[in-house]
Amino acid sequence: MAMADKTTSTQRVEQTAGMPTLHKAIFVVLLIGLIALPFFAYPVFAMKVMCFALFAAAFNLLLGFGGLLSFGHAAYFGSASYVAAHAAKVWGLTPELSILCGTAAAGVLGFAIGSLAIRRQGIYFAMVTLAFAQMVYFVALQAEFTGGEDGIQGVPRGNLFGLFSLADNMALYFFVLAVTFGGILFLYRIVHSPFGEVLKAIRENEPRAISLGYDVNRYKLIVFTLSATMAGLAGATKSQVFQLASLTDVHWSMSGEVVLMTLLGGMGTVFGPLIGAGIIVTMQNYLATFGAWVTIIQGVIFVLGVLMFREGIVGVISRWLKKPL
Amino acid sequence: MINKFAISTLALAAMTGAPAMAQDISVKLGVLNDRSGIYADLSGEGSVVAARMAVEDFKAADKGMTVEIVSADHQNKPDVGSNIARQWYDVDGVNAILDIPTSSVALAVANITHEANGVMLNSGAGSTSLTREQCRPTTVHWTYDTAALANGTGAAMTNAGGKKWFFLTADYAFGHSLEENTTAVVEANGGEVVGQVNVPFPAQDFSSFLLQAQGSGADVIGLANAGGDTVNAIKQASEFGITQAGQKLAALLMFANDVHALGPQTAQGLSLTEAFYWDQNDGTREFSQRFMDTHGSMPSMVQAGVYSATLAYLEAVQTVGSAEDGKAVVDQMKAMDIDDALFGKVTIRADGRALHDMYLFEVKTAEESTGEWDLYNQISSVTGEEAFLPMLDECDFSKQ
Amino acid sequence: MFELLGIPPQVLLGQILLGLINGSFYAVLSLGLAVIFGLLNIINFAHGALYMAGAFVAWMLLHYLGIGYWPALILAPLIVGAFGILMERTMLSRLYHLDHLYGLLLTFGLALIIQGLFRNYYGISGLAYQIPDLLSGGQNLGFMYLPNYRAWVVIASVLVCFSTWFMIEKTRLGAYLRAATENPTLVGAFGINVPLMIMLTYGFGVALAGFAGVLAAPIYSVNPTMGEQLIIVVFAVVVIGGMGSIMGAIVTGYMLGIIEGLTRVFYPEGSAVVIFVIMAIVLMIKPEGLFGRPV
Repeated sequence: MAMADKTTSTQRVEQTAGMPTLHKAIFVVLLIGLIALPFFAYPVFAMKVMCFALFAAAFNLLLGFGGLLSFGHAAYFGSASYVAAHAAKVWGLTPELSILCGTAAAGVLGFAIGSLAIRRQGIYFAMVTLAFAQMVYFVALQAEFTGGEDGIQGVPRGNLFGLFSLADNMALYFFVLAVTFGGILFLYRIVHSPFGEVLKAIRENEPRAISLGYDVNRYKLIVFTLSATMAGLAGATKSQVFQLASLTDVHWSMSGEVVLMTLLGGMGTVFGPLIGAGIIVTMQNYLATFGAWVTIIQGVIFVLGVLMFREGIVGVISRWLKKPL
Repeated sequence: MINKFAISTLALAAMTGAPAMAQDISVKLGVLNDRSGIYADLSGEGSVVAARMAVEDFKAADKGMTVEIVSADHQNKPDVGSNIARQWYDVDGVNAILDIPTSSVALAVANITHEANGVMLNSGAGSTSLTREQCRPTTVHWTYDTAALANGTGAAMTNAGGKKWFFLTADYAFGHSLEENTTAVVEANGGEVVGQVNVPFPAQDFSSFLLQAQGSGADVIGLANAGGDTVNAIKQASEFGITQAGQKLAALLMFANDVHALGPQTAQGLSLTEAFYWDQNDGTREFSQRFMDTHGSMPSMVQAGVYSATLAYLEAVQTVGSAEDGKAVVDQMKAMDIDDALFGKVTIRADGRALHDMYLFEVKTAEESTGEWDLYNQISSVTGEEAFLPMLDECDFSKQ
Repeated sequence: MFELLGIPPQVLLGQILLGLINGSFYAVLSLGLAVIFGLLNIINFAHGALYMAGAFVAWMLLHYLGIGYWPALILAPLIVGAFGILMERTMLSRLYHLDHLYGLLLTFGLALIIQGLFRNYYGISGLAYQIPDLLSGGQNLGFMYLPNYRAWVVIASVLVCFSTWFMIEKTRLGAYLRAATENPTLVGAFGINVPLMIMLTYGFGVALAGFAGVLAAPIYSVNPTMGEQLIIVVFAVVVIGGMGSIMGAIVTGYMLGIIEGLTRVFYPEGSAVVIFVIMAIVLMIKPEGLFGRPV
């Protein structure tokens, strides 16, 4: 299941004690840029980009490093968003607790679906995850607490730890920055741990990993659950930003979008999904006046991406630089 | 943001060189709707055309007002819609947001509008929550809501002898509330509900459910669904000979463009309620013909609602003298007497609900219909007070 | 009269028949997917969009050229199939040396484009397509009124499914196809033009989708989203049946149509998810699918 086919050889990150200097530098620049960003760009928009960047990074953990293409990641993103919105609005929990609730829910769901889905491989796996996501969509549409097609609206922004108000866009921005940046660093850490190395080994050659004595299914289940959990963190955070949770977040087109983001940015790269998410979200926002052309443009990017730029934007840059990114 | 906005307004007025009259008001309207999804035909670009026509007909320029219209596609996604709405209010200096079909987006925009003290002139969404559970002092809900449609159709058909009802209900909140509203009206008028079936949403094949409805022996089959589901259900009811056998279909949420898509051959005899139909009187015909000339189709009631709401809004802005304070403009709209070319006498209640007559139509038979858009016979009308739900106390903003 | 769970047998019979009709669409579509998958190892995500395109082509033939239902039943699948061949030649064929998942992603993108274009030009409300005169009206079967057209749908689908099965499993051409699936290099060495065969197979599978679209046009609204709703269910059908045999795809299609039909009587709310529930159960008990070969 070598999704990232040829690029992997150049991209394999040497196992080092810490982060390679290049990555460290990029993360620092990124952080500085993000701290400065809300003073130039619209903060709500910037927060949306960050949530999707985390979502795409979580998805990339599964696809780019685990070699598993899930076509149903909206299920975890969306259900976490519903649970977090419900927790904040109905149970009156503080933002960080609401997000934890949502994230945990996504983790549990990911574990349940994952333990079934990993029984199949490749294309079957993709279809199975899609079908399960479809079941989650029906639940979201019909369950009492999700508010049907109205969604959960008017979620209060609340006080962080019960102390600091997040009503102001700027305050919320730095909270979201901390959560998403932390999430992305966490994912980075997983990929570059011994666990991540085993994952890559399984992706490259599953029978070989089995013969080396690794319990492959256990690894797959863990990475699936981790990816679902982090996707949930992104969804839960998004529900706090937009103060709502809706069917959009669980619809299968959302699952397609996250694949698109990862593919465009470069799967199996560290920074690709972040770039991909930024481009897609910006496009949706600024092309909103073009109506149906947005879906067509997305389709064209998919097609061109698969035909010509399978490495993605960051993958190409990485090849030029001859350094993994 | 406020300061920035004031400066840009001045700049705009200076740039356009509006003649310095008694007033120098500049207004920016945002048409936020579905331009690519399931509501694109009944709102979409047509609503932008309608808003532009309203600005022309108001003769804004002669009155010293500069009106600019922007538009965007919310893709039926609440996060996309609320992002655009926030940006429009915070950065682009939009004063009022128009149309907004899809209730999840409309509810999100209602909240943002309230926070930003803008104005939401909703024409496209059907949720009664907009003026009830989630009412806001800056909301005006112009054209219709699900309760009014259910009321109109339910009462008229029960009184016309359709005493026994069977519902095909789309199995989600919207479908259930439509069924609930209609049931109340049917029972209040001496009818009864003999059965119902919850149909998963969305569905393509309704034959199984229609057969269950047929077996129930009901006089009327109430379609508590919308869009493509309604169209498919009607198409298949005609295929299975259900309408021919004497059972009537009542579409509880349907628009002229859906009927147009079905064609009178299939839809004939169907009853439905609308707030507007192009061929009602000289006023509606004149407007609709002009609309047709630019847009290529007859206006839906949603598009007509955007036109009329924009006219009323601009008049209120003129009276107030500025578009800055959204709540003040809405208060003025609520205080005005509106006599509209398309909707007749309209009053806007303290909760933001616009009250106007609603009409029960029956779709013409293929023989009666003389043209592509010659769709309806008007059966009866109900006044706004009867059609819409009564005001909730907590939504009476005149007391707050 | 005996009743089953409070439902009279006549009603039940009627519902089974209706289920069979829906199953016809599932069968033809999952058959197309299975044929394509069998040879190309590609899950054709654009299948739903091409089904929709089939319905639209039928409408366009009538509307612009005055060509009626019966010629359209042949022409529309040919047009859709030709379009499929174009897609295969220009795009899909570049992906065969890569992981199969790229094919899924590519066809997903194509589905977005096709759907978006139809949406832009024909709007979303849908278009009307009348039942052909020859098949209008219906028969009173005693327990239900069966529209002639629906009976035709079942007959047509059974015919198409059977001939496809026969062609692949029982003829020489089918033997080549199956052999090429097992070992394309070897079959190529025998002097058989494998790329041509792949191209025609894809065209044929896609034409099946177009055929289903024409069949559907008179009973469902001809609408850009009509395929989007169906395709995911058909994927589930395919997973349940397993990709091992052509027969599996056909039988599972009809069977699930009937199961879904019965659910509509006993528990209508669950009828949209019943197929996915069955899928989950099948995966737990027999992961390779009901008719699939063990992996």
